[in-house]
Amino acid sequence: MTEMTEITSAVRTAETVAARLNRRYAAERRFRLLGLASIVLSAGFLVLLLGTVIAKGWTGFLQTQIAVEVAFDPQVIDPDGNRAPEVLDTADYPALVRNALAARLAPDADRGTRRDLSAMVSTMGAEQMRRMVAANPSVIGGRATLWLPASDKLDMVYKGQAPREVGADGNALSDRQLGWLAELEKTGQIRKAFNVQFFTGGDSRAPEQAGIWGAVVGSFFSLAVTLLISFPLGVATAVYLEEFAPKNRWTDLIEVNINNLAAVPSVVFGLLGLAVFLNVFHLPRSSPVAGGLVLALICLPTIIIAGRAALKAVPPSIRQAAAGLGASPLQIVAHHVLPLAMPGMLTGTILGMARALGETAPLLMIGMVAFIVDIPKSPLDPSAVLPVQIYLWAGSSERAFVEKTSAAIMVLLLFLVAMNMAAIMLRKKFERRW
Amino acid sequence: MNQFIPRGTSKISARGLNVHYGDKQALHDIDLDIPAGEVTALIGPSGCGKSTFLRCINRMNDMVDGAKVTGSLTLDGSDVYDRQLDVVQLRARVGMVFQKPNPFPKSIYDNVAYGPRIHGLARDQAELDEIVMNSLEKAGLLAEVESRLSESGTSLSGGQQQRLCIARAIAVAPEVILMDEPCSALDPIATAKVEELIDELRDNYTIVIVTHSMQQAARVSQRTAFFHLGKLIEVGGTEEIFTNPREPLTQGYITGRFG
Amino acid sequence: MQTVTLAALLLLLSSLAFQMGRKRAFAVASGHPGTLHSLPGYYGWWVALWCGLPAFAILAVWLMFEPSLIRALVIADLPEAMRQLPAERIDVIINEVRNAAQGHATANPDFAAAAEHYNRLQQTGFAAAVAVTVTLALAGATFAYRRVHAELRARPRVERIINVFLVASSTVAIFTTVGIVLSLLFEAMRFFHMVDFVDFLFGLSWSPQMSTRSDQVGSTGAFGMVPLLTGTMLISAISMVVALPLGLFSAIYMSEYAQPRIRAIAKPALEILAGIPTVVFGFFAVVTVAPVIRSIGGAFGLNVAAESALAAGFVMGITLIPLISSLSDDVITAVPQSLREGAFGLGATRSETIVQVVLPAALPGIVGGVLLAVSRAIGETMIVVMAAGLSAKLTANPLEAVTTVTVQIVTLLVGDTEFDSPKTLAAFALGLMLFAITLGLNVIALHIVQKYREKYD
Repeated sequence: MTEMTEITSAVRTAETVAARLNRRYAAERRFRLLGLASIVLSAGFLVLLLGTVIAKGWTGFLQTQIAVEVAFDPQVIDPDGNRAPEVLDTADYPALVRNALAARLAPDADRGTRRDLSAMVSTMGAEQMRRMVAANPSVIGGRATLWLPASDKLDMVYKGQAPREVGADGNALSDRQLGWLAELEKTGQIRKAFNVQFFTGGDSRAPEQAGIWGAVVGSFFSLAVTLLISFPLGVATAVYLEEFAPKNRWTDLIEVNINNLAAVPSVVFGLLGLAVFLNVFHLPRSSPVAGGLVLALICLPTIIIAGRAALKAVPPSIRQAAAGLGASPLQIVAHHVLPLAMPGMLTGTILGMARALGETAPLLMIGMVAFIVDIPKSPLDPSAVLPVQIYLWAGSSERAFVEKTSAAIMVLLLFLVAMNMAAIMLRKKFERRW
Repeated sequence: MNQFIPRGTSKISARGLNVHYGDKQALHDIDLDIPAGEVTALIGPSGCGKSTFLRCINRMNDMVDGAKVTGSLTLDGSDVYDRQLDVVQLRARVGMVFQKPNPFPKSIYDNVAYGPRIHGLARDQAELDEIVMNSLEKAGLLAEVESRLSESGTSLSGGQQQRLCIARAIAVAPEVILMDEPCSALDPIATAKVEELIDELRDNYTIVIVTHSMQQAARVSQRTAFFHLGKLIEVGGTEEIFTNPREPLTQGYITGRFG
Repeated sequence: MQTVTLAALLLLLSSLAFQMGRKRAFAVASGHPGTLHSLPGYYGWWVALWCGLPAFAILAVWLMFEPSLIRALVIADLPEAMRQLPAERIDVIINEVRNAAQGHATANPDFAAAAEHYNRLQQTGFAAAVAVTVTLALAGATFAYRRVHAELRARPRVERIINVFLVASSTVAIFTTVGIVLSLLFEAMRFFHMVDFVDFLFGLSWSPQMSTRSDQVGSTGAFGMVPLLTGTMLISAISMVVALPLGLFSAIYMSEYAQPRIRAIAKPALEILAGIPTVVFGFFAVVTVAPVIRSIGGAFGLNVAAESALAAGFVMGITLIPLISSLSDDVITAVPQSLREGAFGLGATRSETIVQVVLPAALPGIVGGVLLAVSRAIGETMIVVMAAGLSAKLTANPLEAVTTVTVQIVTLLVGDTEFDSPKTLAAFALGLMLFAITLGLNVIALHIVQKYREKYD
């Protein structure tokens, strides 16, 4: 009797399963598609992000220049003719640039026209002339064709980052200026050249003069301070906890503490830096020393955790072998364990440094948002760092700063890629299988 | 006698079955018939291929990377490895109980109801309740868990967990139940209960059991197949194999000279 | 730079001390190093440490207190009128003096005098530092050098010093936490002297700008953090709506479905996403996402704020995808294979196995990961600073602009900071809350994840 119900139910199983099979496989395909779509979407965001940055930023590595035949008019530069350096230094070079442009583009220009004309070139053009004169006063009285950097507005239009059509919405150039641009193009007197200023200059209110070198140097100093502090401390802590520490409440506390520190928002570290490093120890505001110290505390947990993992990976047999030869615990670590764990520790450190390089919020707290034109000469000088420079430029209203921001992001990402590659190569090179 | 499980006819039959894991050949040219309505035990030293053979029957080997199966393996005359045959359908017909009890981290009720639910075997809640109770009853577990069906399956003891897994397999109403060393993780008392259960289930299902314990094979099975180094050495009635083996290798194994 | 030179000099002295200590050890052993208690190098180290450690310790103390000391002395020397100024004015003056000391022109003769004084103090101070540290180094080296003899237990002594260094290093993490807690508590206490704690915690209005006009009646400003908390929650919730499904499904696909080839592309892509600084995402939110959301909203006739919570939350969600995905990946792969086999053995399809067996089993771990991600979202700063607004509104509408705790911390502290106004101190009170919330979430999350790991170990 029971046997019969069993049998019928086995048959029913087969039938029911078959009947529902298509629906179940359709659900399976949908589910699988959802997974694939998530990955594609996530990767798509990455592509979109990088694409946006590159599209908006690659032209930042180029500088629009206009060929202008300038006259080093002695009447303007040095009316007295005695070549006094102060006179040469403070002469009205912008007028010379203006005159030269007018001579080329609008010989009978009125005041308004001349203002439009001088808005075509950057004030760097006059500066370029001033430096030529300072270096070699004998150019006075002569003429020269110079490639002068264009103003940010012309720069944007010429590179195609701003609309070009006459009267287009959001166009920063007047119709007259667009006409001049067309004429310069016709005669080949405008070009795009490698943007040296961007890679060698400090910050500036004028987008075409703004450079990232100051921020790069600031980042370098900050990271140097960070590395000097966090690497020895991190390695020492990792060695202590992994190799020597007794298992007790105190070391448990340290461990829990390190894990939690790793998850504390970085802005809180900034508050610590402000309250302790600036207000108690009076370290100079906006300086890489203060920034580096804060960053060191931020990446210390990363380095410790990576260091401990590297030490854990060294097999105990090596420690036993060294101990068997009569080495003291410290000798075992210093001679055998540490050298073997070092690649792993360095990898962790580089990754920690990469994180520190991109860290922004805590540095805002300690005043690294100041507008700093000078290239810092020491870790005590006020300076910007790359991510903060990006933040500052991103907040600027000029359209040309969007390009600078994107270009700076590309530089920052390049540094990060280089650091990560170094970490990967280090790992590959020293990867050991026990 | 009923027409669906004519006792003694061959339910599963392998002909020239080979299994490769990557470069390694795990099974060599197996010819084996497993009769319906009986318990067939697969014995042999570890690594002999008995589990591999078992896992071929419901195609669990599909999930192993690099596994390749050649030759033929049929269930009721239709090829298990036929492209047309659906794995889900196959596994609904061929249930499996694993070496380590692996109840889902769900309630006892949900564990048993899982199979019927995914296959849509119950038309309503009452029917599902009936299937679950029935299965637990048949697995000899109902009395122990009736009052705590909503507790987690993992809260049970090892032996109870394994019987829960058996109930879970029965709930789908399969034709064949594969058991991969079902008692190896259990204590002797739990083992005795499971063995008793296997004996009862024999009436309704074709059972294939892999075991490393010859006593167990002798206690629960009607037929025994002895595997060695990926080859089927000998197959026959359990009593015959244990009392009067034809092959010296079998003789050596059951007398404990190796294994 | 002077300091670096001094440090280099001390290092040089130490290495000389090392050489001499080693030579001395050879000498006292009269050519048989075997008679020494330790290897000769340890005697070198011992002498070098005696030479360098005290000197560097003094140098560190000096560097730590030099700025405060010089500052105090310069202030003491300022004209009476200037000294009476409030603290923040003095800060400005000191900055001016420092600039003048570095050669920048200053119009104020008082400043010029102070700058000169400043330079003089710095030079004297540095000269004193050089004299003290070098004397100490030489004295230490001589002392140790004299005491090198064959029975000196050089190795244990050196090792003890190194041990002390190791232990001291490991306490830095503790001190960091203590420093965070104390500095936040201390400044927050000052804040709560000015603003009622209950008002801060439960007040529905936030407008700290009011407080700057301290001469006005009833101008204490409003410091109710509820709108900030709701803003933070709104943006975090939006980010989780984006990150949770995408991250979880990515993890599921990669661990259960993907062929090695796809995994080899997708995994690094997610890692790159995780490695991009948040300031870049903030820029992305402002220039790309916010305008798109605005125009989509416009197409549906919705008025989307320029700095909508949706844009900030959406982009933050993107940044959290890798975190959720990698944590979920960990817990999903930790689910024992036997459970999957159990389900497959019953004839479940892969998706049925995942949804009904693997995910429920992995749930605690996933919850832990989500809590970690929420904690990250709450503490995330740059994206919201750039893409979310400043208006503290009590709203649940994602199309409006809201502000968050972190945005306010940054806004309150960037720019001219007066350290006595509630406006500035409020940032520390907010920081304290932020620290407490994220710490709580982390502790719970780590606890859950750990429990989960133990279960399947």
